[in-house]
Amino acid sequence: MTNKNDTLVKLENAGVLVNDKWLVRGVSLEIKKGKIITLIGPNGSGKSTTAKITLGLYKKIEGSVEKFTDKIAYVPQKINIDWTLPIRVNDFMNLTSTLKNNEIDSALEITGTPHLKNKDLKSLSGGEFQRVLMARAIAKKPELLVLDEPVQGVDFNGEIALYELIKKISDTLNCGILLISHNLHVVMSKTDHVVCLNGHVCCSGTPLDVANNEKYQELFGKDISKILSVYEHSHDHIHKIDGTIEKKEN
Amino acid sequence: MLDDFFVRALLVGIGMALVTGPLGCFVVWRRLSFFGDTLAHSALLGVTLSYTTEINMALSVFVISSIVALILLKLQKKTNLPADALLGLLAHSSLAIGLVVIGLLATIRFDLMGLLFGDILAVNVNDIAVVWIGGAIILIVLKIIWKPLFASTVNYELAEAEGMNPEKYNAIFTILLAAIIAISIKMVGLLLITGMLIIPAAMARNLSDNPNQMVIFSIIGGLLSVIIGLFASLEINTPSGPSIITSGLILFILSLTKIKKKSQLNN
Repeated sequence: MTNKNDTLVKLENAGVLVNDKWLVRGVSLEIKKGKIITLIGPNGSGKSTTAKITLGLYKKIEGSVEKFTDKIAYVPQKINIDWTLPIRVNDFMNLTSTLKNNEIDSALEITGTPHLKNKDLKSLSGGEFQRVLMARAIAKKPELLVLDEPVQGVDFNGEIALYELIKKISDTLNCGILLISHNLHVVMSKTDHVVCLNGHVCCSGTPLDVANNEKYQELFGKDISKILSVYEHSHDHIHKIDGTIEKKEN
Repeated sequence: MLDDFFVRALLVGIGMALVTGPLGCFVVWRRLSFFGDTLAHSALLGVTLSYTTEINMALSVFVISSIVALILLKLQKKTNLPADALLGLLAHSSLAIGLVVIGLLATIRFDLMGLLFGDILAVNVNDIAVVWIGGAIILIVLKIIWKPLFASTVNYELAEAEGMNPEKYNAIFTILLAAIIAISIKMVGLLLITGMLIIPAAMARNLSDNPNQMVIFSIIGGLLSVIIGLFASLEINTPSGPSIITSGLILFILSLTKIKKKSQLNN
């Protein structure tokens, strides 16, 4: 499937009605190769729903969603593994694709989890599990990567490293990424385009545009918005994986 | 060799265990044991259908069980009732209808005990062919759909998002389940077939730490249950179907000692 604009998915005026209630409505967005789009918004604003619309998980939607790729990887917000199912990290890595051993190893290496390879999936901590979910998605070498709160339960240093990693994935695989996150000020600096949701698209644009948008400031409160803007302007250093900070050369 | 009823019973039992092993794992993983029961209950209706219309019993049971399974899938979407209530509704109403039809056919001599508990010692060469050919088809289909079915068992949304089409493969799996019930009802009967699916898989769960291992242990457990059960039934003259299930239960109890050791090590 070729597309001259590098577009991977296109949502036009998309909405979902469940039990006479709109979970989200009127969302238009386009995910392109090599770009990161971030969805932000309060709880229940329709972020996960929008991600699921993008993935085609809703049978009945208003508006349209067009997909131009089949190579999709998804990191859901939460996933429950039934106790009746014995499954190791290694088995989980191969869940929807057939990977070579070295592909599995290198993906686990990148997310800092090679020691977990033969562990039972249910024995992992929340943060470990989140990293394994990321590793599985990366190992698939997708064209479109949908990440629903991928850093839940990961400690702060690890969180920053994971966001650095997401940026790196987008660059090296040249894949489009749809990212949902709560941690606004870390996320924003890595993003090409931000969509702020509150049941509908409240505002969207570059991170700076959104940060300076009145509606956004109303939704999140002035203080948080300020942190965001400050962070955006003062991003002159790099957070390394071990948590140390390195000055960026100008 | 096939003249000997015991050899025939062994052949049929072994063929069945090879199929119920892997299918049973999915039944346990997907929490479908009550679903299997429902299909088995509805099989009675299929059996009476075969008596009245004189079509092959395995075929009529397969058709009726598949229809009941599809009705269930439909009802689950349409109503707000929980799955277990729907299953109970379908299980008992199809069983009741089956019994009513039997009542209406009072002229036909009916071996109800044989139907409920099966009679593996009475199988003929035809039955062996049905089990082995039918079983081979089920295993081949299962092998083909293994990956998407397993992915949707682990997580439905993840499988769907990544293009594995779980709805389709769930439906195919349901049909496979109806098929194994259809081909084995004559051997272990409709009350015991679910036991044959679940008990070896449950035993295998205690011994395994990955899915493939569990499937292999489940097959081995099923084979051992059949062989031990049949020999026991020959030696001490117990009913064969229930002896097979009882052997399975004993293996399960033995497997419990293995988990105990495991958790002590972990602590």
